[in-house]
Formats: sequence, structure tokens, C-alpha cells
Amino acid sequence: MSEVAEKEPLLSKKNRKLLSDPLDDNNPITVQVLGICSALAVTSQLKPSIIMAICVIFVISFANLIVASIRKIMPGRIRMIVQLIIIAALVTIVDIFLKAFAFDVSKELSVFIGLIITNCIVMGRLEAFAMGNKPWPAFLDGIGNGLGYGLILIIVGGLRELFGAGTLLGFPILNADEGSFLHGIGYQHNGIMATPAAAMFIIGILIWIQRARNQKLVDIS
Amino acid sequence: MKFLRNIFDNLEPKVKDNKFLHTVYDGFETFFFTPKEVTTGPGVHIRDGIDLKRTMVLVVLALQLCLLFGMWNIGHQHYNALGLYPGVGDSIFTKFLYGALQLLPIIIVAHVVGLGIEFFFAAKKGHAIEEGFLVSGMLIPLIMPPDIPLWMLALAVAFAVIIAKEAFGGTGMNILNIALTARVFLFFAYPTEISGDNCWVAYDYNWLHSIFGMGDATMNALGLSSLPEGGWKSLVTDGFSGATPLALAAKGGWEAVTNQYTVSEMFWGFIPGSVGEMCKPAIIFGMIMLIVTRIASWRIMISMILGAVAMGLILNAVGANPFMQVPFYQHLIMGSFMFAMVYMATDPVTAAQTETGKWIYGFMIGFIGMIVRVLNPAYPEGWMLAILFLNVFAPTIDHYIYQRNIKRRLSRAA
Repeated sequence: MSEVAEKEPLLSKKNRKLLSDPLDDNNPITVQVLGICSALAVTSQLKPSIIMAICVIFVISFANLIVASIRKIMPGRIRMIVQLIIIAALVTIVDIFLKAFAFDVSKELSVFIGLIITNCIVMGRLEAFAMGNKPWPAFLDGIGNGLGYGLILIIVGGLRELFGAGTLLGFPILNADEGSFLHGIGYQHNGIMATPAAAMFIIGILIWIQRARNQKLVDIS
Repeated sequence: MKFLRNIFDNLEPKVKDNKFLHTVYDGFETFFFTPKEVTTGPGVHIRDGIDLKRTMVLVVLALQLCLLFGMWNIGHQHYNALGLYPGVGDSIFTKFLYGALQLLPIIIVAHVVGLGIEFFFAAKKGHAIEEGFLVSGMLIPLIMPPDIPLWMLALAVAFAVIIAKEAFGGTGMNILNIALTARVFLFFAYPTEISGDNCWVAYDYNWLHSIFGMGDATMNALGLSSLPEGGWKSLVTDGFSGATPLALAAKGGWEAVTNQYTVSEMFWGFIPGSVGEMCKPAIIFGMIMLIVTRIASWRIMISMILGAVAMGLILNAVGANPFMQVPFYQHLIMGSFMFAMVYMATDPVTAAQTETGKWIYGFMIGFIGMIVRVLNPAYPEGWMLAILFLNVFAPTIDHYIYQRNIKRRLSRAA
């Protein structure tokens, strides 16, 4: 890492781009269409979405860092297995950590923490970026992609919780209980928002909006 | 006509420069007058002088009888629930007025929201307004419960037009039927408003009714001076139930249905339900009109009946519960079978395009719809889901028909 620091500052323009690119131009969910499974499954509420985002940021950035550090001594033929072991080890750490300090959330997310191992974004970044770059840019790339993934998760989770249950992080925002103002004017929570189908629609609409604003994305896929 | 022409001619220079206004202008101008531009040169796809707008207007006309009957029936059910004017011939005008005023806001909201979005996208894309929504806008009020909250309706229409239509590229490009998408959205988003025994009868009076003093008149007729605590719903007479024949059949089979409704009541449509689906003679009238003008495919209709009858016979043969024992021919007059068959399944855009494909498409709708209706307790009616399901499969069905055709002709050449 010191080698990198000598040549360029830690957050040079190129490195900043590694962080900012996945947020919009190269978003793992809306542009690369990876990691859809968990984006549909865990986003029924905002809290699990945020926890999931943090977990993925952790796993993906450290997996990138470790793989980039040992990329030159890793035999090419077994690199997939090595990568998987690294991801699995990190996911296990996250899983145990959540069980110890946030048991409720851990129960809520259940298998989806374990399934971070199969999240295509993690493997995809390792293969596409960490195998060919130095540890520090790889680490930043991991954080950037994790943030890009988390951003979509939080938008979807927030919208679904707000319109499906009327709360955000458990606090009532749109209160439609008996006797409240919204109940009086006939407001009801949207049942579709409670189902994963809603996440599908929201992600689709996000992709639509993003491509309408950002013309250079239109012909990529 | 001359008068209208003059209005349009005067307006034209004023709106020419504004993109949005010109789109709206163009939409209305071609609605009233057949455009002068005609397709020139030979084209294999041109089979008729009729354009999209004229096609759509014919379907809307075919729906009018259902609409008028639906208006009367809303009033009929409403006054029945309060124990007033029980006879079919009693106070026809009052019942009709009540229903018309109940339905008017629904029709207006469906059109304003749907056409508003349509105009917006047309202006955005620089296209002429596509008039497909005229039919959807008429169909949507007819497949709603009469007291659907208007904001839910607006949301559903917006969802259907944006997601099911504009996202795919507008009229003629949609994979799913727009009207059914609006209904399926409501069905899953706000299930209490569109399923169960209490949603199929309008109980309350809206502000349009109060202009005509209908609420007060009803209170006078009931001998009340003011509305009781629980509102109009608390005034419902004990003997009245808003349950539809299908809900009854799911509970107690054919016997439970005939305890409450006679077959002729179900045929003529004096029962609670979605606005337009009740009156079978009105639907048959529309069916004949659509078949004669060749807008709807008779193949789809016949094959859908065949599919429903086939599944009905299988269910009768199994007969494991009272609902399965309901005679298969009675299924055809219960629920929305006829309406779905005539107006929904035959949608020329979303149905299969090949002639053989239409037979398969219709048969599968009948078959699957009957399975959903009888065997799935979560869904009281099956046609909406079956038609949307087959809408998705229609291109696949067509693909295999094309491939088979290609293969057959290639083998002849070889």
C-alpha cells in the first residue's frame, strides 16, 4: 500500500471514481443487474436493508482487499476456490457478529446473510477488479460497489416500508391505524409493497429513471 | 360538423408551437375527424379502411349496454340493501340516477388519470396520442366494485398505464391487458376493497347524490330524521347479503347459490358484483356486435367456453367438495366469465395473433381460469389471473405456431 501512496494520493481522482462510479454509472444492481435476489428478498423493511447493505460493504471490500493482496501468489487454476473460501470466511464473521450483537435482525435476515456468499456482486468484483489491481484501489472498489448496492437496497427498502407498513425503521410516518387522520380520509397501506414483487417494480422504475437521465447507459446492455 | 371543423381550424395555429398542447389538439382532431392522410402504396397488412380510433370507438359502443345496465344495477342493489323498492321494475329512474352518479366519478377519474398520462407520454415521445386508452378507460369502471375509493382507482390506473403500457412502448406494444392490470393491482394492493362480501354494493351517498337530494329522499322513505351512528351500512336490512354467487358457491356449492339467487336473476344480472359483468344479455349483445364487426375473435370466445366446460366436467367428475359439484354449465353465468370472455380475452393486442394460437390461448384461459376459480380458495374469481397469465404466454404460443408452419413448409420444399 505504501507503494501506491508514493505514486498517487490515497484519494486521487482515479480512486475517487472507483468510489463514485458504482453509485450511478456502473451501479451493480441497476446497470450490471447483479445481486437482484437479495434486493428482492430482504427489502421489505428499511432496517434489514441497511444491515444487509453494511454486511455486503464489509464482505465485498475486505474480500477485494485480501484477494488483491494475494493475487500474485494465488495459483490461477484454483483461484475460484480460494476466493470462495475468503468470502465464506468473511460472511461467517458477519453472521456470527450479527448473532452476537443483533440477534433480532439476524433472525430476520436468516439465510440471506449466508447467501452473501452467492451474491454475484462479490464474486464479480473479485474476478473483474481485484484480480488485476492493487489492494488499495481494490478495497475502494469494494466499498464503492457495496455502497452502490446498498443505495438501491435502502431506496427500495425505504419505499416498501413507508408505503407497505407506513413506518420507517419502525417509527410510524404514515399512520393509518383506527382513529388516525389518514384512516379518516380513507388511506390504506399498499399490500403489494409487502410482497417482493414490489421490489421488482421499484428496481425496474429506478432503472427506467436512471436511463432516462443518463443517456450513455442506454446502449450498454 | 362545419362548426367543429371551424373550431379546430382556428385552434391549429395557436397550439402549433407548444409540443404538449399540439399533441392534445391532434388527439382530439383525429377523434372527431378521420385524418386526411391515408396509407399509400400496397401493403399486405392493410385489410380495412378502419383505423385504430374507429376500432376503439366500436368497442366502447359495444360496452354501452353493459354500462347502462350496470348503472341501474348499482342503484338496484343499493336500495335492495336498505330494503326499499325490492321489485325489478320499481323506481327505475331513481335507481338509475343513483348508479349513474355513483359511477360517474369513477369513469371520470379513470379517464382523466389514464388520458393524462397518455397525453404526457405522447408529447414526450413526439407521437400522436394513441387512443388505446379509450377502451381501457371504459373497461376499467366496468370491472370495479361500485364503491371503490377514487384515489385507489387513480393509483391503479396510473400503475397500469405506466407499467403495463408506456414502459412497453404504448398502445399495441403492451403485453398485458391494461384494464386487467389495473384491477390486479387493486386486487393485490388493497384486497379488502375488491374482494369479500361487503364491497360489491354501494351503500353511501357521495356529493353528487346530495345535489339531487337523494340521501334525504332515502331517509324520508325509511322514516328516519337523521343518519344513525354507523352510517348507511348500519341501515342494511337483515335479510340482505352482498355475497356474490361465487362466494356462496365456495361456501356451500350450488345449493347455497340457489338459496339466494335464481338462475334467471343471475342471467339477467340482478345480483351484486362488479359494475359491468352482471347482465348477460347486454354482454351477448356486445359480443354479437364485436363478432359481426370482426373486432373480437370468435375463435377465442368459443375455445374459452370449451376450456371452461372441459375443466368444469373434470371438476364435476371429481366432485370432492360442494363447489366442485356445481354443474359445469352454471359456471358460465356465474361471476365474470362472460364479460372476461367477450371483452378481456379477445383484446386484439394481448391475445395470440395466429389462428391456431387463438384456439390454444382461449382454451387455456378457460381451463386455467376454472381451476383458479374452483380450486384456489384465496382467489374468488379466476378469469383476471388466467387472462393475464395467458397474455404473457401468447407470444410463446405464436412462436411455436410460426415455427411449426416454417418447418412444414420447409419440408415441402425439401
